[in-house]
Amino acid sequence: MTREKAKEQKKEQSPQTSPGTGTAGPKTLKVKHLTRVEGHGNIIVELDAENRVRDCKWHVVEAPRFFEAMVQGRPYQDIHHIVSRICGICSIGHQLCSIQATEDAFGLNVSEQTLDLRKLALHAENLQSHLLHIGYLVLPDLMGVDSVLPLAETHKEELVNLIGCRRISNEFSNLICGRTTHPQRLIPGGMELIPTSRELTDLQDKLRESLGRMDKIVELFVALGDKWPDFNRPTEYVALVSPSEYALYSGEIGSSKDINRPAQLYQQITNEYCVPQSTAKWAKNTGDSYLVGALARFNLNHKLLSPGARKAAARLGLKAPVHNPYFNTVAQLVECVHSAEDSLEIISRILDRGLKDEKPARIKVRAGKGVGAIEVPRGILIHSYEYSDEGRIISADCVIPTNQNHGNIQMDMDAMRPMLSGLEPEAIELKLSMLVRGYDPCISCSTHLIDVTGAPKENLVRFVRV
Amino acid sequence: MTAKPKIAFFDFAGCEGDQLQVANLEERLLDLVSHIDIVRFREIKTNKQDNYDIAFVEGSITRPEDEPRIREIRENAKIVVALGACATIGGINCLKNFINESEYKATVYGDHARWYSTYAARPLSAVIKVDMDIHGCPIDKNEFARAVKELLLGKIYTPPGYPVCVECKMAGNICRYEQGRLCLGIVTRAGCGACCVNEGSVCWGCRGIAPDANMDAAGQVMDEHGFTWLDAQDHLRLYFGCNNRL
Repeated sequence: MTREKAKEQKKEQSPQTSPGTGTAGPKTLKVKHLTRVEGHGNIIVELDAENRVRDCKWHVVEAPRFFEAMVQGRPYQDIHHIVSRICGICSIGHQLCSIQATEDAFGLNVSEQTLDLRKLALHAENLQSHLLHIGYLVLPDLMGVDSVLPLAETHKEELVNLIGCRRISNEFSNLICGRTTHPQRLIPGGMELIPTSRELTDLQDKLRESLGRMDKIVELFVALGDKWPDFNRPTEYVALVSPSEYALYSGEIGSSKDINRPAQLYQQITNEYCVPQSTAKWAKNTGDSYLVGALARFNLNHKLLSPGARKAAARLGLKAPVHNPYFNTVAQLVECVHSAEDSLEIISRILDRGLKDEKPARIKVRAGKGVGAIEVPRGILIHSYEYSDEGRIISADCVIPTNQNHGNIQMDMDAMRPMLSGLEPEAIELKLSMLVRGYDPCISCSTHLIDVTGAPKENLVRFVRV
Repeated sequence: MTAKPKIAFFDFAGCEGDQLQVANLEERLLDLVSHIDIVRFREIKTNKQDNYDIAFVEGSITRPEDEPRIREIRENAKIVVALGACATIGGINCLKNFINESEYKATVYGDHARWYSTYAARPLSAVIKVDMDIHGCPIDKNEFARAVKELLLGKIYTPPGYPVCVECKMAGNICRYEQGRLCLGIVTRAGCGACCVNEGSVCWGCRGIAPDANMDAAGQVMDEHGFTWLDAQDHLRLYFGCNNRL
């Protein structure tokens, strides 16, 4: 065994933490590759001799993938197919946002039925992604285990209920989109294939079943209510808003502290900026940072939630405005109930209107710019394209939810320092890991996240692979 | 192999959609874990070990720093399985291989481009010996379950050598060329049951070129249906780009 390998193994065996140079001096706590998140990120905490937190940092260390360059010169028919591969978990959201941007560029309007089917697709994705996060990624922290797998021994009934609920959400995506990951049916202009009335009726039954299952999950989370850290930090909340519905597929970009703007003006809100001492691009609007995702949507749009979702929120003790970022997961659970109930409504609407076997609208290619903005599970996603008159991409810009939350995660960590000081390193690590996990970061998505190390001796940008 | 083999999951440049398919096995995942011991799976599990028999690796190799890490995985594991198109054939990451490096770095990172190390994206097999491939973008969870079963029996799963066209005919689809659409099912390795064509789309080629594919005949079919080289190239580069000759 090489020396390097032995070192590596030692690091692996002392799970996650590697206390620095002995007990007397300052220590560094490293969570290298935070687990149960999508993609690669690290938490680095500096402690003094009394375990007071001097500094904590959230680093992102994902391999760059160059999607915005990869689509250049590609024809419009392929773009949603390519950008779907930005992320396995929110591939439906990337496709829908991409299709919206392309249709905007070509000035194309789609049918009412297509719009409804796309809204269903988005609900299906929100369900599958939220349930994955709530059940598989966050629940183990609340239950004090390292993954969901041990729960098969200790909490079989709850686990089987959760898995069953998620299976239904996958079947839902499968039926509407043609696959759960990187789906095939969604295309610019409409749908490649439309589900049958029979399939939609069966889906209604399944969704009703899943509402029963969700009720049990809500019950479980009510019982675990005392496990969340007590931490509040008001910030700016940004999400799509619409007067007519709980905005997911369309709307203006709204904020808790600013005016609403159309998606085309997204750059006025997402102002990306560089941190003076480093190279991280963060996003800010009126304040130092803002939050996107289920909690922002809940805070801005809670009045438009479905009745069952409002009831679930009341049971879970969620009352807007919520300033505890850990409750993002709870807001996701409330949204699951909303997605299932709203989907039932949409399906009835489609069936009442009479399901039409529509072909996708004909696309007339022209040069132009287009913007798409969609609420995906982790927050507002924006794609902006410029097309040539042959319908090929000239330039593309993708603003990813996790990028917008990056600054807010760091500000939360800064604000948590007094609360963490004096705790055992393991407790500090758990609280910070839970914070980041709560945001449900989707790091593979982050097409251009930059790692901040701040340490002058090292390169400013590092890609750490452990 | 021991009675309950130790299994680890790793990822390089990719979307983690293939590991998601493993999580999407739902109830079947619980059956599976009664026969295997998952010792490392960052996406769903915190504790990890370096002692494993089978490594499932997702994603492409896209930077020099990736190489020592994948070599170490090769050294530790008895069997290395490439999981999904990025790992088996380089996948969609290879699109960047057709663009000048300084150009694509500047496009995405602007003035910060020089901080990023990157090189042509490539499949795992360009760097290490791979024992088994599970193709697809994303992988098919049923094929994954079957491959794991065969591994448990001490066998190596081999995907079909014929093209998707064979399975597409069996599925009863109308040929996309008859509808005036370019489709790569005529040269792509089968095993997916023509899933994309079944959903109304065309075959994009995500499982790589079939071992027995006749590329000349494919060119003829495309010619006969009035497609130009540029049309073909748009499709071929999506997934067949790792050898950079298209």
